[in-house]
Amino acid sequence: MSEVAELVKEEKKAEPLFSKKNRKLISNPLDSDNPITVQVLGICSALAVTTQMVPALFMAGSLLFVTVFSNLFISLMRNTIPSRIRIIVQLAVVSLWVIMVDQLLKAYAYDVWKQLSVFVGLIITNCIVMGRLEAFAMGNKPFPSVLDGLGNGLGYGLILLIVAFFRELLGGGALFGFKVFEAVGIKYQGNGLMLLPAGACIIVGLIIWVQRSLNGYREAH
Amino acid sequence: MDLINLGIRSIFIDNMIFAYFLGMCSFLAISKKVKTAFGLGMAVVFVLGVTVPLNWLIQEYVLNPGALAWLGADFSSIDLGFLQFIVFISVIAAVVQLTEMAIEKFSPALYGTLGIFLPLIAVNCSILGGALFMVGKNPPFSLAQATVYGISSGIGWLLAIVALAGVREKMKYSNVPAPLRGLGITFILVGLMSLGFLSFLGFSL
Repeated sequence: MSEVAELVKEEKKAEPLFSKKNRKLISNPLDSDNPITVQVLGICSALAVTTQMVPALFMAGSLLFVTVFSNLFISLMRNTIPSRIRIIVQLAVVSLWVIMVDQLLKAYAYDVWKQLSVFVGLIITNCIVMGRLEAFAMGNKPFPSVLDGLGNGLGYGLILLIVAFFRELLGGGALFGFKVFEAVGIKYQGNGLMLLPAGACIIVGLIIWVQRSLNGYREAH
Repeated sequence: MDLINLGIRSIFIDNMIFAYFLGMCSFLAISKKVKTAFGLGMAVVFVLGVTVPLNWLIQEYVLNPGALAWLGADFSSIDLGFLQFIVFISVIAAVVQLTEMAIEKFSPALYGTLGIFLPLIAVNCSILGGALFMVGKNPPFSLAQATVYGISSGIGWLLAIVALAGVREKMKYSNVPAPLRGLGITFILVGLMSLGFLSFLGFSL
């Protein structure tokens, strides 16, 4: 990621809106630079809200909204923020957007809001948002920052939905609340382990295993 | 007795890590050595122990619907609940900053071990999560309960990170498949440890 960030920093002249670099900003976080499985950011909510598809989808949407707009605003303000108090400024901007998401969900999707409980509020301290602000938005122009926010939000959402898919399917035999196994006439006994915290951790571990076997990324002990 | 029970529950059953996954980012990143894990854990215990009661006071006397009644009858209809997030996170960031400065001035030795972790803690979800869970409790907590809850949640977190660091130190000697090394196996380990902690379920004094 740092290479891309530097590239974008260096370029000065106008470039096409969706140049190769800018497209990379969106596509990299989906796989090779995924916020959850590679950068190890934002794990808490990825594990906690994924027992079912619906809350996972809402959570992914909320986080996408918050990363995009916080990235945009911090990037606009980047030259005026004193570096000593930047964490507090960033937290204030992020919590502003989180309050908006929280109020919106409370007004229009009350059931999901209840289910997500404190995890909407915890987007404030979600390391993805803070991490991207620190690593990207503080040093880049608004448009690439928005793309970076979009890419990381999508990368996060992708993993969230994969985890939720397996947990809801194996744990309750359903997808989006629709009983898949019953619909095709198979009697399915839900696997309680998948609904426990332990199941989520093990699934994320296995996803990382599969992803790293495919893209060849290795880590020393 | 009630307080001891709450303490035990918060440490073992409602463990911040194994039951709610709060503070996972620093939990995974700083758990390679037992010594540093312990330093971070102590900092979390301290910050949770201070911010949860502090946020309880703010919730009770500023944010709850009608909480401003002590300012006069005109204020009793105000509900500042929607400011909860921004107020809580500011309190946490301020407490963390103040603690850092105080420790640096009065105890350089402690600063050497805790100091570097303090800025990290402002954005640790377990701190904000502790405050938000405390508010959501039904029936509402008293100040004493909030304090016990804060400290014992911190101890639960400390216990979890030290245990994981202990296991990871030994992992050096095992032959893990290459793509699973590092993050992957750590996740699976956390899952297995969380299964172990399930055995405390239903445990009370």
